[in-house]
Amino acid sequence: MSAHQVEDHGLLRFLTCGSVDDGKSTLIGRLLYDTKTILADTLTAIEKTSQKRGMAAVDLSLLTDGLQAEREQGITIDVAYRYFSTGTRKYIIADAPGHEQYTRNMVTAASTANLAIILIDARKGVLTQTRRHSKLAALVGIPHLVVAINKMDLVDYSQETYEKIKADYLEFAKKVGIEDIRFIPLSALNGDMIVDRGDSLDWYDGPTLLEILEAAPGAHTEHAEKFRFPVQFVCRPQDSANPELHDYRGFMGRVESGSIKVGDKVTVLPNGLESTVKAVQIGGADIGEAFTEQSVTLLLADEIDCSRGDMIVKSEEAPAAVKEIRATVCWLAEAPLDRARTYLIRHTTRDSKAKLTGIDHRLDVNTLEHVAADKLAMNDIAEVSFKLAQPLFVDPYTENRGTGAFIVIDESTNNTVGAGMIL
Amino acid sequence: MTQRSTSSTLSHLDWLEAEAIHIMREVAGQCANPVLLFSGGKDSICMLRIAEKAFRPGKFPFPLMHIDTGHNYQEVVQFRDKRAAELGERLIVRSVEDSMKRGTVVLKHEGESRNKHQSVTLLEAIEEFGFDCCIGGARRDEEKARAKERIMSFRDEFGQWDPKNQRPELWNLYNARSHKGENIRAFPISNWTEMDVWQYIEREDLELPSIYFAHKRPVVIRQGAIVPVNVPLMSGELTNLPKAGEEIVDLQVRFRTVGDISCTAPVESAADDVAKIVLETATTTITERGATRLDDQTSEASMEQRKKEGYF
Repeated sequence: MSAHQVEDHGLLRFLTCGSVDDGKSTLIGRLLYDTKTILADTLTAIEKTSQKRGMAAVDLSLLTDGLQAEREQGITIDVAYRYFSTGTRKYIIADAPGHEQYTRNMVTAASTANLAIILIDARKGVLTQTRRHSKLAALVGIPHLVVAINKMDLVDYSQETYEKIKADYLEFAKKVGIEDIRFIPLSALNGDMIVDRGDSLDWYDGPTLLEILEAAPGAHTEHAEKFRFPVQFVCRPQDSANPELHDYRGFMGRVESGSIKVGDKVTVLPNGLESTVKAVQIGGADIGEAFTEQSVTLLLADEIDCSRGDMIVKSEEAPAAVKEIRATVCWLAEAPLDRARTYLIRHTTRDSKAKLTGIDHRLDVNTLEHVAADKLAMNDIAEVSFKLAQPLFVDPYTENRGTGAFIVIDESTNNTVGAGMIL
Repeated sequence: MTQRSTSSTLSHLDWLEAEAIHIMREVAGQCANPVLLFSGGKDSICMLRIAEKAFRPGKFPFPLMHIDTGHNYQEVVQFRDKRAAELGERLIVRSVEDSMKRGTVVLKHEGESRNKHQSVTLLEAIEEFGFDCCIGGARRDEEKARAKERIMSFRDEFGQWDPKNQRPELWNLYNARSHKGENIRAFPISNWTEMDVWQYIEREDLELPSIYFAHKRPVVIRQGAIVPVNVPLMSGELTNLPKAGEEIVDLQVRFRTVGDISCTAPVESAADDVAKIVLETATTTITERGATRLDDQTSEASMEQRKKEGYF
């Protein structure tokens, strides 16, 4: 059972989109239950609650019950994170509420996900909400979509119904340019096609939902990426008792993308100075090379000025340094975006003051149409331009989520008020 | 320290570790005066290893701090001091008993659990040292209020958490900004489960206080829970005395979670090494807090309530 004896396929973060009515909570409950993540005392507690509410069977949706404030109002107000493991892979589910006013929650949940499950109620087919969730998932750059047509038990497990919904969805997907989609019929209530196949969907010969999840590629594994290393912290031990450490200058950060090894030629931005990687370390121990998502320390051959907010890249593949950006922005705050104000943009480990210079158009997430706009309110999504006080080292979001994303901070409250994806 | 083998996909433990290191470095980079909360418990022991990987060969860019209820297991307190000394890092201890002397903590009765009163002492220590961020070892799988808390969680001047008004947290772009008097709580191992913690302890070969492993101990069975009795405090004084009529039995137990003596119960177990505990964790039928935290069972929302009042 220990970590080094079993095969480890790492970790997959995915998102579930849909409302309570689509059976989203039941689906998550079912995944947790069928992978034996739910322990006896939790189950006993929800059995009691189910009985109290007069239900015949255990209501698995209660497993995702959240805060007191939510129970009082009977709604979900925030993204919740759930965990399960199959022994070969660990999963983090971002469970986002489905209501229209919670676009910001879905964008938040989607920002760290590599796969999204879009739930459709088989009785209702493709709805406005389905289109909205799919569009948002695509916008936030989730590479893999699974369209789960749920409640098949309520349509007599009809293949015809399934095929009809699939055709409707594909027509829509073509229009908005979503490519990698898988379809699966299921009944979360009865557990058909989640972990077990069940007996009622014999006409479906594809993988179960869990099989799809187990086989899904992890983040950053699908194509080669350029090396991007935003510096978080500089280590200068200056330990007088240890002369070896006297000149130690370690640049600490997480590899956002790509890989790096000893001997590679690198450039430090913004000063543009070049050097060679002398060592790659974790906790002071040499590891020789590092890959995407690893948190490491880089030592360079030359003494170069480099501090938090700078970025180390491979010399032959430097990103653009820009003082103006065009981006798709989702506004997250109650107070609307104010053209007159100066905001703070945080991109990787770098901050810059920023001012809005224009709103190109707003996206109506229901009709998916572009509409003219001169302001942005909470949950609005728009294409906008900012001018910046400091240069940022950016890649288009579609190429690199790490160096294409930024958040907007209101300095008066310190709140995070916007999420941006660079075009 | 264990290093991963080279490949392009990180194992789940490597990924979790890399995320936690990144979060600690963000705290160090963004906050002027952070502190790492270290109790001597298993989660905070993992946090220290993560801090070593994040900052060595340098010193940690923050001191360690323990809020001591005065009702902690000797083994854990001794381990706490030993570990801090081995690392050569500064350990600050602030005690609930000092808050009681000041009159800022008033127990309802002498036997009342001091666990929730740690909030008061914590807030006093934050003010005393001017900490702008406390790094804690809480995990989202522990409890449903924690499942919705941010990795960088904002607390107002009164230390309060407002679950309905949290800062959105996107990608790995953390916002640890605060005004003077306000505070950020940072949780680098938010995404870890109890199993991940034990697997990490095994992989990194981390030393733990002895009470995490199976040992014989006098206990009574009170309302279905195993309650340790006649537990010696650091002073040598015994606490958790049995009530009249209770039968003391010697059971083989281990602790899954370690906190204030008055509210932490052990489980029956013969697991005397980490590998056996990993196996037991994989096959257990009871959640960590359900089995062992007497304080969380009081009400369905008790953790949420405590967090709103400034708890870790």
